[in-house]
Amino acid sequence: MLAFTIRRLFEALVVMLTVALLAFVLFRYVGDPVSQMVGQDTSLEDRTRLRLELGLDDPVYIQFARFVGNAVRFDFGISYQVKQPVTRLIAERMPATIELALAAALFAVALGIPMGVYTGIHRDSWLSKLFLTVSLIGISLPTFLIGILLIYIFAVWLNVLPSFGRGDTIPIGFWRTGLLTASGLKALVLPAITLGLFQMTLVTRLVRSEMLEVLRTDYIKFARARGLPERAINFGHALRNTLVPVITVIGLQLGSIIAFAIITETVFQWPGMGLMFIQAVQHADIPVMAAYLLLVAFLFVLINFIVDLIYVRIDPRIRILRRGA
Amino acid sequence: MSDIANKVRGASPSQPPPSHRGQGTGWSSHIATILDSDLFYSFWRSKLVVAAAILTALLVGAALLAPLIAPHDPYDLKSLDLVNADMPPAWNSRGDRRFLLGTDDQGRDILSTILYGTRSSLLIGIASVLLAVAIGVTLGLWAGYAGGRADSFIMRIADVQLTFPAILTALLIDGVALAIFKSYRMEGGKFWILVISIGLAYWVQYARTVRSVTLVERNKEYVEAARLIGLSPLKIMFQHILPNVLSPVLVIATINLALAIITEATLSFLGVGLPPTEPSLGTMIQVGNKYLFSGSWWMVAFPGLMLALLALAVNLLGDWLRDALNPKLR
Repeated sequence: MLAFTIRRLFEALVVMLTVALLAFVLFRYVGDPVSQMVGQDTSLEDRTRLRLELGLDDPVYIQFARFVGNAVRFDFGISYQVKQPVTRLIAERMPATIELALAAALFAVALGIPMGVYTGIHRDSWLSKLFLTVSLIGISLPTFLIGILLIYIFAVWLNVLPSFGRGDTIPIGFWRTGLLTASGLKALVLPAITLGLFQMTLVTRLVRSEMLEVLRTDYIKFARARGLPERAINFGHALRNTLVPVITVIGLQLGSIIAFAIITETVFQWPGMGLMFIQAVQHADIPVMAAYLLLVAFLFVLINFIVDLIYVRIDPRIRILRRGA
Repeated sequence: MSDIANKVRGASPSQPPPSHRGQGTGWSSHIATILDSDLFYSFWRSKLVVAAAILTALLVGAALLAPLIAPHDPYDLKSLDLVNADMPPAWNSRGDRRFLLGTDDQGRDILSTILYGTRSSLLIGIASVLLAVAIGVTLGLWAGYAGGRADSFIMRIADVQLTFPAILTALLIDGVALAIFKSYRMEGGKFWILVISIGLAYWVQYARTVRSVTLVERNKEYVEAARLIGLSPLKIMFQHILPNVLSPVLVIATINLALAIITEATLSFLGVGLPPTEPSLGTMIQVGNKYLFSGSWWMVAFPGLMLALLALAVNLLGDWLRDALNPKLR
């Protein structure tokens, strides 16, 4: 187990260094950092001084080492576009994205698991077919189209929910939360559904196929033979055994929720990191892009690492396999 | 030739042996495999699949024939008139007969723009899938056939890229390309930037699949025979092994076509894809989205519907192809 953890940790480190190298190349060689930071009327001496201050004349490997060192201390430089420290921008934007991502994940799980269980137990009922058709459409429709559709129905047509922004927020320390105000919660509904719909269909399909598999096994037949009530069999025996892969997939999907948040945040003008990233791309704001890249990579590597470890803990077969090998 | 080939194949066992025969090249024998009667049987059996195929054919046909059948030319700036801007569809009382589905904010006919837009969406989708197939199949063959250090290096890259969702990879490559080429004013260049970003985002799946099939194939007798008569590794990989890995590649490519079209639309919607002067379904939806609150629903509804239908139809075809070509499910 320890050797396995160390090896995974080492692999994660290599991935992070590769991404850091990409981000560094991006920062250093796409456009000239100095001319991006100064105005047009800055004198040549000032430019040279800034160049020296930034250490852009040092050998490349020293610059890279400095870049990594700064990144570890969450120092990503100054945004070209808004002339503020990137770290502060991210700290301002992160709570919005995390609240949105969690709400979306909650929506996906709270609806996806019951729908998956239902379609798994009642394979041929018309409601199951309806659920599966809806989930097929949910997979085929692009996220932004779903968002626009929801905006049209609930904001333009019925006029019951807001279509952009976060509503009122309350600061708790550095964290500005929208979860404690009525307008903040109302603003969260449509973006969370948009972001969570794809994950919901994924969870539904996964739980359904796992249920179908588990319901065929001998211990379910035995539980039936013992005369246990249907409810106890379905939820106590079957569902519990489907949860390992479901938890894994949800964990891995958290990363893609963060990525797809870029689209949802753009549709709903949600002031999170995704919207910040898109604006950075549109304005070629390299420090923000590099920081976002590193942050997202870190998140993904972390999630993968944790899921790997949990997997080994939960499923004894993997542990035995590893010990044998 | 397909008719005759089919009758001949229909009598023989449905799965031809992996080595290819003397007649025809690897490609034509593969096409004959695709046209295998089992496949056609499963095709006609499902009404949904037939409907999806007809729909795909209609949409693709309409898009490719856009210059011939579109009532207006959205690229022709002279024909645009702001007086015609923001018109509802023809059946609306404020509508105009000339513009069946209404007009957008610049007075472009929505129907014509959709036809042209679908064309560029499809072209970008197909080109990027071809790029992804070329990269993925080449690297997959190489990794599987050469093994050793090349194999672990290529697969390591694939693993790392697989950690990130493809849409994020495409967005990053696109963003970097935008930053690099910002100083150049390239009109047609955006097309290729999109193709490259989407193609590079989706190669991994092909490489993994092709590698796993190649690992099995390279130990078979026909490869050994080819090696014995002194064929070069390149020739063995591309002429002997390649035909046997094509059917899973075809399945992935079909499903990825829908994904690539959606990715293009998403990038264009996010404002980092095609510029509004070069209509694609994504840019149309982006522009229309701004006018949603003023009640001009047609600007976003029709391109949105087109995109959804296209993605759904291609997805259904891909699903069917996967089930039909997978012998385990038969």
